[in-house]
Amino acid sequence: MTPAVTTDVPRLLPRDGERIQNWRAHSAKFGRIPYRNAAGSLINDIEASGLTGRGGAAFPTYRKLAAVLEASVRKRVRPTVIANGAESEPASEKDATLLWLAPHLVLDGLQLAAEAVGAESAVLYTHAHRAGDVGARLREAIADRFDDHVAVRLAIAPPRFLAGQETALISHLDGGPAIPRFPFPRVTEQGLDGDPTLVQNAETLAHLALIARFGPGWFREIGTRREPGSFLATVRRADGRPRIMELPLGTPVPEVIGGLGQVTALLIGGYHGTWVPVARAAKLRLDNESLSSVGASVGAGILAALPGDRCGLVESARILRYLALESAGQCGPCLNGLPRMSAALTALARGRAPRGTRADLERWAGLVTGRGACHHPDGTARFVASALRTFAAELDRHGRGQCGATNAAPFLPVPQSAARTEEDWL
Amino acid sequence: MEIVGEINSSTALWYISRATGVVALLLMTAVLLLGLLVSRQGKLPGLPKFAVTGLHRNLSLIAVAFVGLHVLTAVTDGYVNIPLLSAVVPLSSPYERLWLALGAVSLDLTLAIAVTSLVRNRLRRKTWKAVHWLAYLSWPVAWLHSYGSASDLRGGWLFLLALADLLAVVVAVGWRLAAAARDVPRAERVGLIMTAVHQRGRSR
Amino acid sequence: MKQRLLVNPIDCDGHGACAELLPEMIALDEWGYPLIDGRPVPPALIKDARAAVSACPKLALRLLEVTD
Repeated sequence: MTPAVTTDVPRLLPRDGERIQNWRAHSAKFGRIPYRNAAGSLINDIEASGLTGRGGAAFPTYRKLAAVLEASVRKRVRPTVIANGAESEPASEKDATLLWLAPHLVLDGLQLAAEAVGAESAVLYTHAHRAGDVGARLREAIADRFDDHVAVRLAIAPPRFLAGQETALISHLDGGPAIPRFPFPRVTEQGLDGDPTLVQNAETLAHLALIARFGPGWFREIGTRREPGSFLATVRRADGRPRIMELPLGTPVPEVIGGLGQVTALLIGGYHGTWVPVARAAKLRLDNESLSSVGASVGAGILAALPGDRCGLVESARILRYLALESAGQCGPCLNGLPRMSAALTALARGRAPRGTRADLERWAGLVTGRGACHHPDGTARFVASALRTFAAELDRHGRGQCGATNAAPFLPVPQSAARTEEDWL
Repeated sequence: MEIVGEINSSTALWYISRATGVVALLLMTAVLLLGLLVSRQGKLPGLPKFAVTGLHRNLSLIAVAFVGLHVLTAVTDGYVNIPLLSAVVPLSSPYERLWLALGAVSLDLTLAIAVTSLVRNRLRRKTWKAVHWLAYLSWPVAWLHSYGSASDLRGGWLFLLALADLLAVVVAVGWRLAAAARDVPRAERVGLIMTAVHQRGRSR
Repeated sequence: MKQRLLVNPIDCDGHGACAELLPEMIALDEWGYPLIDGRPVPPALIKDARAAVSACPKLALRLLEVTD
């Protein structure tokens, strides 16, 4: 059921990959939740620790906590806290794995975050396709706990790529479709039911739960100075099997991927991430400082190695088709641009593209960037631009009617069913 | 029209009140039709796109001015007794109590719409929109007020005008509802474009 | 006190009245949607910018004060 788990850094994930059986075992291992009995008091520790969001944006966690607390005090309302376990990226499985193996860490973090901002209600948001196994396990875990100050409601996200997006998540919890909203005012100011809302990735909350116990100094013992701590990565080596690894930030790429000989390129950061040629990638470290030199970022920790027998253009075209179909269709540039980009890349991948297709594709990628209510068009454009750069040689071959690949089987996971009606977004 | 007596300043005001009433109704109708066009992002032939919202706004101010004239002349004329307050407080006029009540209701709604539109930047979008929708109530109430309180409208060419007016609004609202029903639902939009552009690529 | 134009892309339906009134800062892309110059609006164009904001049938365009 779960992908293989390996960790030399047994902070979030148990070293042996065995799940913590129940809340009692969890408390025995980690101790009870270290409540501070004061709103806001945890925030200084989180600031000192340098913890940033593990959902993709790497936003400093203490700033979000402080913003929600400040807004709720100013507006004299109770905020809500939401643990985002939607993990709507098809290539990511780290949050589902964390929730399966160590749900109580995430739930502890949720309680501590709720106390820090003065919330009286909390939601744990999970992915539809994991509602059966992970969902059942979470219900069990929540019922098992004695320490909670705030009741936790479990909610299921629809299987849409955008379902985990901050405003789409809130839109769904407010009773509507999981489609993004105009991001002003920010959700920390006005979110669920109009109240200040803290949305934090599940993994971030698990780190928070450990920092509260062991302190910011402990958190900083691994990682880099600017980007401390560990993170969970979903790693696919050339064999295609996903492995969840807990790694210190700054780990060199070859240590993670291994066997780079049979690989042509690495996809760093998932389907809104960046393709990097293997020679360049081998010199990178997994932290934003190093990755930014190739226009990439750690994101939600997704790393995939494209084997030499596959075609990067064909893979990218499949992914782009999915990304286009997952557009909410609310914003003109995204609605019009992504399908056209998809058709163009499909034509380039097929090798029968008319002249000007590549120029059109690049123009559209530029046109959609920054012009939607969310970052779906931006991330998609970044992904496409990196594919055109990284697979430039392959593009030339396709232009001549050839292809360097010998294996046409799909490599990266792309869901087949597209959303057709409003129900598919609820 | 029978001659009820000599025309003096007070009956003159009375005639002006009825005339401005008719003009106000026609202007309100034009404002409503333009409002429907704005909501569908339509364009008036021969005019730039920004003219639709501009005309809607400017005409609405002129319409309110004419309603104001209509009310003032009706109140100050000596021919019938209408207290000023009954222009905004329904059922408080000894003259034509019910029909004037309708006028007051319509005026109250119109004033609410006008004021909220003037301070739109300081209001929440939802608030402004909710009040603006009262236009669909304000107009028929204004029409009924016109029809019921002015015998002129119940015969002759003014009757035809009032009827044409009503018909125009009914048809326009019907058109707007039909157009909205034909809109592609959000969830289906991207699928439609995907099919269209992918087919276009293949047919080349 | 600088002011910038901001469009809500969800409300915007590509009507294009804004581009008619402020062509110096708003152009339309190949699908009719506005390409907005994000720089502060020069004082000489503020009046036109306000007109563009008023003319939007979807109330999608805003003129915001930004402190920087």
